[in-house]
Amino acid sequence: MKNTIFSTVALTLAATLAMADGHSVVRMGTEGAYPPWNFINDAGEVDGFERELGDELCTRAELTCEWVTNEWDSIIPNLVSGNYDTIIAGMSITDERDEVIDFTQNYTLPDPSSYAAASADVDVTSGVIAAQTNTIQAAFISEQGWTLVEFATPEETIAAVKNGEADAVLADKSFLAAIVDEDADLMFLEREELIGGGVGMGVRESDGDLKAKFDAAIQSMKDDGSLNALITKWEIGETF
Amino acid sequence: MGDWRDVLIVLSQGGLRSALHFDLMFSFCTDPSTLPDVQWMMCYLTTGKHMSIYVSVFTVLLLLAITAPAALAFGFGGAMAARSRIAPLSWLGKGYIAIVRGVPDIAFFLFFVIALDQAIEYLRHRALCPDWAGPVRQGNDFVVCTAAKMPLGNAPQWVHETYGFSLAVVTFAIVFGAFAANVLFGAMRAVPKAQLETAEAYGMSPRQTFWRVLVPQMWVYALPGLSNLWMVLIKATPLLFLLGVEDLVYWARELGGIKTPRFTDYPHGDWRMWYFLALLVFYLLFTKVSEVALNRLMKRLTRGQATTGGEAQRKAA
Repeated sequence: MKNTIFSTVALTLAATLAMADGHSVVRMGTEGAYPPWNFINDAGEVDGFERELGDELCTRAELTCEWVTNEWDSIIPNLVSGNYDTIIAGMSITDERDEVIDFTQNYTLPDPSSYAAASADVDVTSGVIAAQTNTIQAAFISEQGWTLVEFATPEETIAAVKNGEADAVLADKSFLAAIVDEDADLMFLEREELIGGGVGMGVRESDGDLKAKFDAAIQSMKDDGSLNALITKWEIGETF
Repeated sequence: MGDWRDVLIVLSQGGLRSALHFDLMFSFCTDPSTLPDVQWMMCYLTTGKHMSIYVSVFTVLLLLAITAPAALAFGFGGAMAARSRIAPLSWLGKGYIAIVRGVPDIAFFLFFVIALDQAIEYLRHRALCPDWAGPVRQGNDFVVCTAAKMPLGNAPQWVHETYGFSLAVVTFAIVFGAFAANVLFGAMRAVPKAQLETAEAYGMSPRQTFWRVLVPQMWVYALPGLSNLWMVLIKATPLLFLLGVEDLVYWARELGGIKTPRFTDYPHGDWRMWYFLALLVFYLLFTKVSEVALNRLMKRLTRGQATTGGEAQRKAA
């Protein structure tokens, strides 16, 4: 903790007296463990495609934004209970999630999910497949009735393949590409899955204003091509 | 060596906080890929990201420093209530001990903290926004007016972090307070009856007997149980991450993970084992120091007591 409890109490009391208005600060919730989408850089700050995108969206929507990291596992409950105001964490738009929260329009096209494995002849239907908990990939594998091992972080899914606990990992191709490029032991399987409806920002269902503002900002970035420039820069996938 | 002096100046002038925003601690860190191993390691261990794990060590120590006395206070209150002659108060104390001890820690940490947070916001909402028309629960959302948010949505991040930390302290204090209450309840009963009867014979009131005779003597019976609790508390601090506070274990996992050169100046493989090894050493050292300190305290408390330990001390002297 950077400051003492005493100054907090004083400040909280002071802040209580001053009435707040609307969304004077929008808190952007992200995972910080999914490069190139979002990660913590050497300086200890949130960085990546979504950091740049989010900052630009906030400028366009004339919002003051602050970045917060949260574990992927509890990222939706913490949005719903109001710990932050948006989820911007490479979250694919799905029906199940849409029942709990709202999504802005998508800011990336559906990215194929690919398998990374230690050898090219892994049979995904009979092997053990690693995926991150609560992702579209984990849902996909369990729907197929294949053997799934789930991990809390993307990091651990890769480690599981490298130490032989799983035969392959299924994840967004953009995330795996950065790793497979660098790691001689890992390779892509030819098979890819087309799941998910693109990635959007999550907001609370009761927060229609904020959703409209971000929708407009995303649209303006799509219209002037700046979103495509960002997607290319961070090697996220296909452009609009 | 001028670099070290710079670091010291930065630390002494602005404290740890400005050091956190000090990306290049050493002037030679601009291009780490060309550096020899020792310097590379020095640069690597002083990145802004690594400062976060050092800060989290202090978070854990601060949590323990605040939680231990708070839990003891809860425990003392609980034990006093449980042995009260007023029936409802005694039920309250016994109920607190039984319920909190019976609920799994994880369930308590997940459920109680959210409930506590929402209760605070709900009360503030009722007090601050009486004109609010909409319901507080809208489907999955828990919606209170902006002024009732705790902390306020526009508060800086450190206020949010400190608020989360305070919730953690309260939760830890309640959970460990229940165990401490049980230990103290037992310890109070372990004080020899003859001592209390003598106090009464001297004309002390029940209150005087409690504070002057029972409480000073009970600690020697409570200490083994309390020291156990202290050790468990040290090891329970990683539960902080459940409350959204980024603790030592979180950072060890994050920093130790594979880093590819595209996203960092310090690429490395899976180093989690080394980070967790460091954690192991940290926690072992910490519990060892605690053990030594608690043993000394035990010796001090045993002095002059009507226990076998006290008797042994008397004979040795």
